[in-house]
Amino acid sequence: MSARQVEIGTFTVLLGAMLLLGFLAARWRRPPSLHSLEEWGVGGRAFGNWVTWFLLGGSMYTAYTYIAVPALVYGVGAAGFFAVPFAIISAPLAYVISTRTWSVSHAHGFVTSAEFTRARFGSRGLAALVAVTGIVATMPYIAVQLVALRAMFATLGVTGEWPLAAAVLVASVCTFRSGLRAPALLSIAKDILLLWLVLAVILLVAMSGGWVAAFRSAGERFTADASPASGLLLPEGGWSGYLTLVIGSALAIFAYPHALTGILAARDRATVQRNAAALPVYCLALGLLAMLGFFAIGQGVRPVGGDLNTVVPQLFHEVFPAWCAGIGYAAIGVAALIPAAVMSIAAANLFTRSVYREYLRPGATPAEEARVSRWVSLLAKFGALLAILLLDQEFSIELQLIGGVIVLQTVPAVVLGLWTGWFHRYALAAGLLTGLGTGLLAMYHIPQRAADGRVLKAHFGGSNLPLAQLGLDTRATVYTGLLALAVNLLVVVAGTLLLRGLRVPAGLDATRPSDYYADARDAAPRHSDALIDGPTPSRSRSPAHAR
Amino acid sequence: MAEHGARPARRGWQWLLLIPILAPLPVGLYDRLEPRLWGIPFFYWYQVGCAFLATAVTVLVYQLSRRGRR
Repeated sequence: MSARQVEIGTFTVLLGAMLLLGFLAARWRRPPSLHSLEEWGVGGRAFGNWVTWFLLGGSMYTAYTYIAVPALVYGVGAAGFFAVPFAIISAPLAYVISTRTWSVSHAHGFVTSAEFTRARFGSRGLAALVAVTGIVATMPYIAVQLVALRAMFATLGVTGEWPLAAAVLVASVCTFRSGLRAPALLSIAKDILLLWLVLAVILLVAMSGGWVAAFRSAGERFTADASPASGLLLPEGGWSGYLTLVIGSALAIFAYPHALTGILAARDRATVQRNAAALPVYCLALGLLAMLGFFAIGQGVRPVGGDLNTVVPQLFHEVFPAWCAGIGYAAIGVAALIPAAVMSIAAANLFTRSVYREYLRPGATPAEEARVSRWVSLLAKFGALLAILLLDQEFSIELQLIGGVIVLQTVPAVVLGLWTGWFHRYALAAGLLTGLGTGLLAMYHIPQRAADGRVLKAHFGGSNLPLAQLGLDTRATVYTGLLALAVNLLVVVAGTLLLRGLRVPAGLDATRPSDYYADARDAAPRHSDALIDGPTPSRSRSPAHAR
Repeated sequence: MAEHGARPARRGWQWLLLIPILAPLPVGLYDRLEPRLWGIPFFYWYQVGCAFLATAVTVLVYQLSRRGRR
């Protein structure tokens, strides 16, 4: 048997076993019925410390991260490392932010942040706007997971699109059947493979000259290519771009729907807090894999067909024994399918709770909600698959970049709203739209340049805007998302002052200050619509099975 | 047992979380090659080191906020 066949064999067997596990996940801690969003969409809010930790790691540290970050470091060096500090600061931020989100969602039975917006600012229009923004930002994020998976298949030398389609099909069936339990169980299995991979990488680096050699050859290559953007350290004027990208990405995590889904599945406040303490462990794995980009330079790895995303799989192929490379491929393959599943669940929940139930079928029963979410999650995954197969995959990557900028515009409503209900609903909507406009306009004017300064692509070439374009005499750049968020906030504050001055009625705040500290042992969830519309017994959930 | 959603008493400790949040932000201070650790430039190992800091401080805040509540 050739090395390739061993690699493909190991990969297929492990991936198959994983998906079987996901299929059986519906039976794991089986509730009396999976037919409600409480069960299907947030796992009955019953996950303990460990499961929550694995699930959060599985949904936030995606295959795209493990492939694109080392690829970026391979390409530009230091500037690609921003993912590490961004991941690190998001953990202590989660201790403060996510705990509040968990409590208010528990108290009101929210499964998405758009529902929170509706209750806090009393506007279903704003909630729908937040939901649609979230869905639009999440779709290309699902697509880039599949791009990562496709890069893996390309390195394995498997031709045709059917393996990708088959993997998506099986993963979709798992999610359809088991809901959030499938990615949760898969995350545990994936991390075992990932741990193996990390240990193998450490051994490998130690046995082949260590980091000294890797950084020496990387330094030589960056000196040789003479590009102003790449190097072992940040380029001149690169500090502001790096800093704003770190802060912007960290805030965006709290606006992305899929990151919230894992948090809401936690059992109580303490679980969320303990997880915030334990999450940086994943940053260590991320930091190690990011530096693998330098190691790949040292090993003389060349990307397959010029696609930088194949650097990591290609490195595994060249330096690992075949069976070990197969394990690495399987780890990254599952790491692509888990977030794709969580993201499609999150997007589906947004649609069901803030569009379907609000506008299409106000009287939807929990069973109907679960059914709609199941089908929408299926649609989301196949939509992403079709987008990659039919459109240029560069387009998905571009959209994902834009997705980060646009999801950031929901921060005032979704994150700041946790502390203040002062903002006026119309001002929030106006701010969101202005932020979206500003972000898109700025990104439209960012060209992508080759190492020699040639313009490769005139528009949407990156997410960092050179401040020189605003007429400032500097080489510094700033992350578009954060810039747009600043404009957004300005509009929100000015608009709120204006609307309050004109006495335009603000929405009714259905949350109470104590809701933000509610814990699992407190009263069973109340639904905000029950507060507004009067109690609807059919929609109250039975908390008996939750523990 | 606390009544519904009682405001946790010792929330002041949360301000300690500013330390790990701010640590990776002064880019200008750590954008340097020396001192190296196992051949890794300072820029890289400092940022990864911040992960340990984040865990340590968060565990501390968690313990301090819990103390005396039960």
